[in-house]
Amino acid sequence: MSAPFHSHGYDRLLNTVGAWTLGLLWFLPLVYAFWSAFHPAAYAVRFELFAPLTLENFAEAWAAAPFARYFLNTVVLVTMILIAQFVLCTLAAYAFARFEFFGRDTVFLLVLLQLMVMPDILIVENYRTMKFLGLLDTITAIGLPYMASGFGIFLLRQTFKTVPKELDEAARIEGAGFLQVLWKVYVPLAKPVYVAYGLVSVSYHWNNFLWPLIVTNSVETRPLTVGLSIFSSTDMGVDWSVITAATLMTSGPLLIAFLLFQRQFVQSFMRAGIK
Amino acid sequence: MQPRLAAVYGWLLLLPALVMLAAFTHYPAVVTVWHSFFSTARGKREAKFVGLDNYAFLLDDDIFWQVLWNNFWYALGTIPVSVALAIVMALWVNGKLAGRGFLRMSYFTPTVLPLIAVANIWMFFYTPGFGLIDQITGFFGFPSHNWLGDPDTVLNAIIVVAIWKEAGFFMIFYLAALQSIPPALAEAAVLEGAGRWYFFRRVTFPLLMPTTLFVLINAGINSFRLVDHIFLMTEGGPDNASSLLLFYIFENAFKFWDTAYGATLTVVLLAILAAVSIGQFLYLERKVHYQ
Repeated sequence: MSAPFHSHGYDRLLNTVGAWTLGLLWFLPLVYAFWSAFHPAAYAVRFELFAPLTLENFAEAWAAAPFARYFLNTVVLVTMILIAQFVLCTLAAYAFARFEFFGRDTVFLLVLLQLMVMPDILIVENYRTMKFLGLLDTITAIGLPYMASGFGIFLLRQTFKTVPKELDEAARIEGAGFLQVLWKVYVPLAKPVYVAYGLVSVSYHWNNFLWPLIVTNSVETRPLTVGLSIFSSTDMGVDWSVITAATLMTSGPLLIAFLLFQRQFVQSFMRAGIK
Repeated sequence: MQPRLAAVYGWLLLLPALVMLAAFTHYPAVVTVWHSFFSTARGKREAKFVGLDNYAFLLDDDIFWQVLWNNFWYALGTIPVSVALAIVMALWVNGKLAGRGFLRMSYFTPTVLPLIAVANIWMFFYTPGFGLIDQITGFFGFPSHNWLGDPDTVLNAIIVVAIWKEAGFFMIFYLAALQSIPPALAEAAVLEGAGRWYFFRRVTFPLLMPTTLFVLINAGINSFRLVDHIFLMTEGGPDNASSLLLFYIFENAFKFWDTAYGATLTVVLLAILAAVSIGQFLYLERKVHYQ
């Protein structure tokens, strides 16, 4: 715990042991997944220190299902959502933070409503809407419900409100229009928040499953999560080792990014959480 | 800027986001209630107004009650444990323990994995006979057990997965809160001769209260919102013993194509979330006004 307290030897030891026990326990499932993915199927449940390493499982998984296409779909999806969210949320947050008009606070409450009534649970009606719009089985349909994000608007509004009004006014005196002020003053100052929100958004939509499962129906639109679930639930007699390889492969980019930029990730989630 | 001009610009800036929000959040939430008063259109037969028939059916639907009960236990099993673990993890990672870099990574990593991938990994754990858990219990001489195939253990098995996935996520919020507590408080407490546990109980924990509230509400929503692992691990079975409300909605609407009943069940889910979130609303309201 905090530094000023005198740590007795045994107390410190107890804490360290507890923390490490939990840490190792928490890490075990991943270690296990790595073990079976990088070893031949025969060693999936046999733990021998010198079992031969192999990449065969990854090759087999890659060949058995159109994962390349799934990767492409997910990347397209995540990028599309991120760009739309940045644009829509920035504009709305700016209006909420710096414009005075009748009804603003009521509308803001309606925006906050999305923090509890998330599109994730409105699957029945949103499916009907997508059908009506003729968008079933498109990547656009997966992204649309998430583009105007109540969370993003809230986060950016809080940030924009901390920008000193003097900066805003100085820019206006120089003759900048309000959109220019937004672009030249507010957006650059909010950069860390954009990074934080971006990371949270990308990991959310990379991992999202239920809505994409419902709205997609073909290889051309299916994101990785749905592809993975189909791959691992078909009883084709695929080895566990191959399935774990596929599992690690689909989470790979996010996992690697996380391990490389751990500090930024953790800080981003913190930043997004405490606003 | 003139007030009228400000209003025009303000609404123009809001317009794109509002249209999207209305179309995919507000409209579906409202129209769900409307559709719950109609029958499901089948073939040439159009949906017709049936009043409260769907709700009468719902009250008589044993599976619905079982699913609601399951979801209640799932929330009760997941939330307290993951929140308690999150606090402990945050205290450890915030301290000066050896290897806290590894510990933080280890606690947090499940958060960045897709729930569907997590389900895959744990499936293997639970496999009867040669899964890791059975290997360990087998080593101590216990008989093999089908954790996911037994109605008595399946929900607990799912709860363990949810705790593993979520505790590290909540830890982050506590970590942020802990770092914002002024060190002077602890120094003063030491001077006064307060013990560590006393300090935690009387100072740290109360100061973490807003975070706990925030985390509790998020955990509550998540226990109704995240059902991905059910799809891979159990499909709600055996005998609906692990089915959760959103999964049951999915089954009715997209497997049996009974969209009217799906809408009715969604109304129940909306009502639950509204109840859970009234607290959040008050909380946010307060925060917004203080800034």
